[in-house]
Amino acid sequence: MTEIFDIYLLEAMVNGILLGGVLALLALGLNLIFGVIDVTWICYAELVMIGMYGMYYMVQVFGLPYYVAAPFTILLVAGLGALLHLLVIAPLLTAPPINQLLATGGVLFVLQSFATVAFGIDFRNLGIRMPVLKFAEMHFSYSRLLAFAAALIGMTLVYYFMKKTYVGTAIRAISQDRQIMALMGVDTRRIYLITSALGGALAGLASCLLVLQYDIHPFVGLSFGPITFLIVVLGGLGNFVGGFVAAFVFAEIISLGGLFSDLEWGYVLAFAFFIVMMFIRPAGLLARRS
Amino acid sequence: MTAKQSLPWIAGAALIALPFVYREPYHLHILILILIWSFAYTSWSMMGRFGLVSLGHGGFMGVGAYVTALLWNHLGVSPWIGIPIAMVAAAILAMIVAYPCFRFRITGHYFVLVTLALSGIVLQVITATRDYTGGSLGYTPDRTKGSQLWALQFDDKVTWYLIALGVWAVGLAIWKWVDRSMDRYALEAISEDEDAAAAAGVNVTWEKLKITVISALMTALAGALYCQYQMFISPDTVSGISVSLQMVFAVIVGGLYVSLGPTVGAVITILLAEGLRIGFGTKAVGWDNLVYGVLLVVFIIFLPKGILGSILDRLKTARKA
Repeated sequence: MTEIFDIYLLEAMVNGILLGGVLALLALGLNLIFGVIDVTWICYAELVMIGMYGMYYMVQVFGLPYYVAAPFTILLVAGLGALLHLLVIAPLLTAPPINQLLATGGVLFVLQSFATVAFGIDFRNLGIRMPVLKFAEMHFSYSRLLAFAAALIGMTLVYYFMKKTYVGTAIRAISQDRQIMALMGVDTRRIYLITSALGGALAGLASCLLVLQYDIHPFVGLSFGPITFLIVVLGGLGNFVGGFVAAFVFAEIISLGGLFSDLEWGYVLAFAFFIVMMFIRPAGLLARRS
Repeated sequence: MTAKQSLPWIAGAALIALPFVYREPYHLHILILILIWSFAYTSWSMMGRFGLVSLGHGGFMGVGAYVTALLWNHLGVSPWIGIPIAMVAAAILAMIVAYPCFRFRITGHYFVLVTLALSGIVLQVITATRDYTGGSLGYTPDRTKGSQLWALQFDDKVTWYLIALGVWAVGLAIWKWVDRSMDRYALEAISEDEDAAAAAGVNVTWEKLKITVISALMTALAGALYCQYQMFISPDTVSGISVSLQMVFAVIVGGLYVSLGPTVGAVITILLAEGLRIGFGTKAVGWDNLVYGVLLVVFIIFLPKGILGSILDRLKTARKA
């Protein structure tokens, strides 16, 4: 009996790690935008939702193969990210930061209800059923493995982009000191726009991966949006490595909590853990105590 | 008494007299909803006006509604006792979350995201304990036969109108009370610069905690009232992020820094939603939120003081000129 139990435990733990990959991807996108522009996109998960609809229409309605549709979706959501910056954030750059955050809250409403009006509230899915990998009596779906691998590749690409290119260096520099970089001859507006598009592209990649695991409906963003915000706060807003670690911590809690009880309790446990951590490490997991 | 001083009393008397003159049930229903939500929005802006933007108020409202209803259905506790218990529960929840935030100077984005998590957790707990709360299908307090004072259930709309009016007036009174207190100056100083306020001898943590608890108590009361009036609650209508955002939206449209701003916001949002619902029927599903969202963005960009706030500003500058 105990042996079977351990197998389940191990399976849940591995699934937690696989879930963590996609969450880390989303956390990276949010952290990037926060670190550079000092804005939190409350509607980030809704961008993912729009991307999932994009995938659905390209694959199911226009009959494109999954791997052809995916780059288009990433471009689409990257464009949306840039548009969001131009239309909503740019006019508010000098306003109090809370106003920017609330404005993206308005965008959340817009995107959700736009999806409701345009696509209806039916649950849809891609109709792609990935095989299940059996390994040592444990079951893992390929969609999760693919998501995990793609998320890691995506994050590595972003890492090299940030380290090796001029724009990447400028982005990192701006996140360290916003005022000085303009004096150093960096066009902040251009960097902001590129960062927004990059954040959107990460959301687009996440939507290509999540579409394999979740049914698509206008409110699907709510099932991973709040948890993403918890992750970036727990990791420390703007702290890339912290967000990465926190994503896996949360994914494990959700996955293991869900093993012992309902999935909702996994979430409740994650929330409770989060509040406890606020007492212990209010500035984030990896923050140095001042 | 000057004309300006007597105006609130005349308006109050007119509002009290209204249901005895005019009893069209649908219009009264809309008025009751406006009053209850105005009260909820006012409670949100108690904090919001001092820069404490909370997205956790959906959670407080959910606690207020569900604790009252659960105590009534499972233990037979009258709402007269259940509502205070629910309010205290929301206040304790507020303290658990707010204390570390304030103690460790978690402000701005961090505070918004932490409170956002709070409304998320309440929604998930309500959904997860579906054996007791009915989960996402919603929950109905057990009905009594006819109107019962001890069960706080009334069949006629006039009674509810008067209750909602009274609570709304109390909300405005609390606003005025805070407005005239020393705490207001302390909180305004905190919202400008926390460190400077602390250096000037303001107990930052304590002041913020006080206003948060007041706000949570009021929001829970609004949730409980909404539950008793509608006799049906679901996690999506009284808790969660969308309810929190709805509060923010209404207050910003109405005006965050003026006492009647949240009320104006409630009037506008509820009339908008009802207008769309009547005009388009079931086709309107989603359209009301679409309009809300666009308006919210437009207001924050072009009219951050809200409709009433901007009008009052205009009047003031016009008078000076």
